Amino acid sequence: MNTKHLPTPVLEIHGLDIRLPKGGDRQLAVQGASLQLMPGQTLCVVGESGSGKSMIANAIMGLLPRPHVEPVAGRILFDEHDLLQLDEQQLRTLRGRRMGMVFQEPMTALNPVMRIGEQIAEVFDAHVRLSAGEKRQRILAALADVGLPEPELLIDSYPFRLSGGQRQRVIIACALILEPALLICDEPTTALDVTTQAQILKLIRELQQRKGTAVLFITHDFGVVSEIADDVVVMQTGQIVEAGPAVDVLANPQHAYTRKLIGAIPQGRMREQVATRDINHVLQVQDLCKTYVTGGSLFKKGRRVEAAKGLSFDVRRGETLGLVGESGSGKSTVGRCIVGLAPFDSGRVLFKGRTLQSGAQFREQSQGKIQMVFQDPYASLNPRHRIGAAIAQGPIAQGLSKDEAMARAVDLLQLVGLGPEAADRFPHEFSGGQRQRIGIARALAMEPQLLVADEPVSALDVSVQAQVLKLFAEVRERFQLAMVFITHDLRVAGEMCDHIAVMQRGQIVEYGETAKVLANPQHAYTRTLIEAQPRLSASAAMEAMAA
Amino acid sequence: MKSNFWRRFCRNKGAVFGLIVLMLVALVVAIGPWIAQFDPWDMAGMPFAAPMVEPGMPLGTDTMGRDILSGIVAGARVSLLIGVVSTVVSLLIGVSVGAVAGYFGGWVDATLMRFTELFQAIPSFALAIVLVAIFQPSVGSIVVAIAIVSWPPVARLVRSEFLTLRQRDFVAAAELAGQSTSRIILTQILPNAASPIVVMASLMIATAILLESSLSFLGLGDPNQMSWGYMVGSARSVLRQAWWMAVFPGVAILLTVLALNLVGEGLNDGLNARADGRGK
Repeated sequence: MNTKHLPTPVLEIHGLDIRLPKGGDRQLAVQGASLQLMPGQTLCVVGESGSGKSMIANAIMGLLPRPHVEPVAGRILFDEHDLLQLDEQQLRTLRGRRMGMVFQEPMTALNPVMRIGEQIAEVFDAHVRLSAGEKRQRILAALADVGLPEPELLIDSYPFRLSGGQRQRVIIACALILEPALLICDEPTTALDVTTQAQILKLIRELQQRKGTAVLFITHDFGVVSEIADDVVVMQTGQIVEAGPAVDVLANPQHAYTRKLIGAIPQGRMREQVATRDINHVLQVQDLCKTYVTGGSLFKKGRRVEAAKGLSFDVRRGETLGLVGESGSGKSTVGRCIVGLAPFDSGRVLFKGRTLQSGAQFREQSQGKIQMVFQDPYASLNPRHRIGAAIAQGPIAQGLSKDEAMARAVDLLQLVGLGPEAADRFPHEFSGGQRQRIGIARALAMEPQLLVADEPVSALDVSVQAQVLKLFAEVRERFQLAMVFITHDLRVAGEMCDHIAVMQRGQIVEYGETAKVLANPQHAYTRTLIEAQPRLSASAAMEAMAA
Repeated sequence: MKSNFWRRFCRNKGAVFGLIVLMLVALVVAIGPWIAQFDPWDMAGMPFAAPMVEPGMPLGTDTMGRDILSGIVAGARVSLLIGVVSTVVSLLIGVSVGAVAGYFGGWVDATLMRFTELFQAIPSFALAIVLVAIFQPSVGSIVVAIAIVSWPPVARLVRSEFLTLRQRDFVAAAELAGQSTSRIILTQILPNAASPIVVMASLMIATAILLESSLSFLGLGDPNQMSWGYMVGSARSVLRQAWWMAVFPGVAILLTVLALNLVGEGLNDGLNARADGRGK
């Protein structure tokens, strides 16, 4: 790109070591990291959680929680300064003006009680002197630049009026308003829906090309890497294991860890069809409706959110139905309705041919044979209960003796790939993937016939994700479970499900066999979702579509 | 688990100091009769004897010639007793009300919270005075009065903890497993809400001791029990002639309350694993 004038790197890191406090899982969070970022280029730092990738970003911005976490060796060269030698005062003049940062969580990155315009104006107030009129002009231009509709209105509104994607655009506008030489993006699209993610990635790419900003992009997703990166640095437990141009690394990964990460990405390979379908339905849902009313008072009608509008689907023994949709589509609500954690307004839920009444009786009638695996592995286990007790509590509540229940818990722990000694330990001793295995064991302890999994892998790293999905497939075959698999990721749904129901705003817009839905989507929304999935390369996408 | 708790607790130096002071107070209560040789109500020496003047009376005597040291030792027992028992009683009320309100939500929550506000709307000290005056001053009535005025904040705290913990997935999992409501409240949610309750309890003992002292200062203490507040109260009219009558029981109140507050801080650090610099 920059061949005309001799390129000098915007950012150079040499042999950076960052020390973790005593008692951490390793001594150095980052060890001997070196990288270079050229003007106008995008460098992606890829790694799983705990690999130290965010530490690098925070070290550049001087945001490390010193003295607990401190850079102990190496240099970070930017603008002819070693950033590690600058004091807070000098760093402050660089932040915002010469380097901008976009954070992961757009919902908390904006001050909720400040108008959008005021927040962006803070950047000006910190670095340059401008008249109020000129400031406003430039903020309006910046908001228009990041593709926000009606900047004139937005500038005076508060953040709560904006969606996650719009907020992320505001933060990008804020980071880029003084045209910094370096933009650091720390997982900026992880908290967003796929379609929004695609838009934000496109926006960052456009702005970068127009303004020539160098971008340091931190992500765990190789799909995102292939969409945006010029160069890639792969990190594993604090060390850089592979670096090079994105095309080469993706096409021909040298290090085993890189190959493992790329291999773990769900490719959207279809699951083979079950040859003979069981005649008996485990679950039939007919015309399910659920409306939330929020914020109503005696004199004012509350806001109505229709989470489910006349949904119908069914699942047979040994089959998996995927409920796919973006956040707010109502898919999780449906999941909670069919396990009996939330009441529904109208419609019928039939479990093994028997109607289950909405409300308190629901769970009694299903007798614990409908179980759920939850999204957040950190919230789904009681931190004060030992694993064995947590798994055994269900069977005990159903009348099994304590010894039998504990024996079953130990068996199940082995089944999900954890040793029997895990039974005596507490949840905080386990990683996210292991906790999800425990969650599956807990659900299986009730000998369920229907398993509802609500985004069970979305909080996990890709390599762990692949293992947990494999476990799901194994237990499904072994116990001939019927499963409802709720996910926002079509690639995951493609691998796991026999049928897919695509949900948008409480309605099923497309429902059919996985292969048909993915290869030949009928509804416009399904097509948008499929296109928005980040992929390794365009050709792989075509293959997946054709398969 | 335990050692982590102690490590974090001991990192707070104030808390260690507080704990030592509290253990000293507890020791004084336990071996009281051996330290103080006199009955706190008996005329043991000359009235208005300054500290270190009369043998065996290092803290002096009061207007009636009663030994101050014996009074403080006897008062320690009363103060701690009232502080602990009234806190236990108000925890019982507050935790039950808060747990039920937070778990069930809806109209149950609304009703219980309006009921709680009824108590919060009345100045707590005034209510305590009225209650003690109606029931006749005695240890029992003072404990009841203090418990009745101090449970509403507990109920509020427990309710808010329950409201958030109720939404956790492990509660949903327990419901799906068919556990009974009371079991879920007692074994799933309550242990997770324990740390803020313990911290609050330690601070409540301190307030209860202060409340009891204030009541005794106004002459509403149990007439058969020597207490620190009563001693300060009786010294009020002779403050310029006999400073020691007010200062020593005052210092006892100050140290005990301060120690309890410091221990509360330490418990907060110790029970809160996140202060350790680690995540969940």
